[in-house]
Amino acid sequence: MRAIKLSHLRKSYGHKQVLTDVNLEFEAGKIYALLGRNGVGKSTLLKIIANQILKSGGSVSLDGEELQDNERLLNDVYLMGPQTLWAPDRNVKWIFNITKQFYGGFDDEYAAHLVKVFRLDTKKRLAQLSTGYKTIAKLIVALCVPSEFVLLDEPVLGLDAPNRELFYDELLATYGKRPRTFVIATHLIEEIATLVEEVTVIADGQVLLADTAEHIAASAHTITGPAQKVVEFTAGTTPLQTHHRGAVTTISTLANLDGREVPAGVTVKTLPLQQLFIALTAGGQDDE
Amino acid sequence: MQLDATSLVPLYQQISDELVTGILTGEYPEASQVPSTTQLAREEQLNPATVLKGMNQLVDAGLLEKRRGVGMFVATGAVAAVKRRRRQEFITVQLQQLIADARALDISEEELVQGIEEGYDNARD
Repeated sequence: MRAIKLSHLRKSYGHKQVLTDVNLEFEAGKIYALLGRNGVGKSTLLKIIANQILKSGGSVSLDGEELQDNERLLNDVYLMGPQTLWAPDRNVKWIFNITKQFYGGFDDEYAAHLVKVFRLDTKKRLAQLSTGYKTIAKLIVALCVPSEFVLLDEPVLGLDAPNRELFYDELLATYGKRPRTFVIATHLIEEIATLVEEVTVIADGQVLLADTAEHIAASAHTITGPAQKVVEFTAGTTPLQTHHRGAVTTISTLANLDGREVPAGVTVKTLPLQQLFIALTAGGQDDE
Repeated sequence: MQLDATSLVPLYQQISDELVTGILTGEYPEASQVPSTTQLAREEQLNPATVLKGMNQLVDAGLLEKRRGVGMFVATGAVAAVKRRRRQEFITVQLQQLIADARALDISEEELVQGIEEGYDNARD
């Protein structure tokens, strides 16, 4: 199984350590969510993988070979980020062509389809495109390159709701046709929660959580009810957040509760990924 | 399909349940093709692995058949099999729940039976 593997990856800017010890794998053919609070180093991490910035230590490998400066392997990695790397006076058509030359392939047919459904004017120069349409142009490139590992940093930046829906739909369509790895770093967690197979959460320069979305959904719970009963029911698990409202207590936890009998008056629900993310990264207790 | 991400029922199980309901209601008749994994994934904005897991449960249960290179089809005899399954579920789960709810409201056995008989009478009219 092909995989991008990061081990003990470190990155500092001057004295500021952004990534302290990152260990994770992006396996071939899976869709990942890469989540983290603002400034936690998600973009830094993706740029290091794509060889756009240098790491301070550790290793990044693909197929067991170091990825840094390895042009042959880097052809299999494509990063779409919030920055636009092309000159603003170039038009969209030119960008498609230069990408084709650079990556040794480009799905022209699919690009034409995407241009049509997103209503992108390919004769326009980048500088003439709105933020949303710049994103669309970049997304089309990212979905049409032959690379097996596609890293999408804020892929829906500036896109309105219908265009975001369209993007998720096209992502699933092209993934169904040609399964490959997509790593999606986004703050619109709810929108991608059921779309991804794996979830990685970065906090404090490290991986805080890396698991399948299915397993996370099966273990992320909120338990609501009378304080005493909720505490008894969740005994032995570590609460992520505890809220008290009058006599009612709500505990969110990441624990397998299978086999525990839910007492009368207590409600157990699945904690949606976005709420779990908040509970995990906001941290601490909120007793009031 | 009506999927609920906050339900304790896993999404793959919800997919599988919805397909079973579709077989029962005739939305997917026997020997007809059900939507592909990618189609369902796109419609419900779900990861294809989730959809596939739900479908494979039905393949294992003999309700769906894989035809290589073509897709998934509803097996012959699936409607009867689903009815058998649901009937058993109704007796062991829903009926027990109904009785428990009635008891919680102090509705006696006689009252409940009477109510059921009246319901049948009304349905016949």
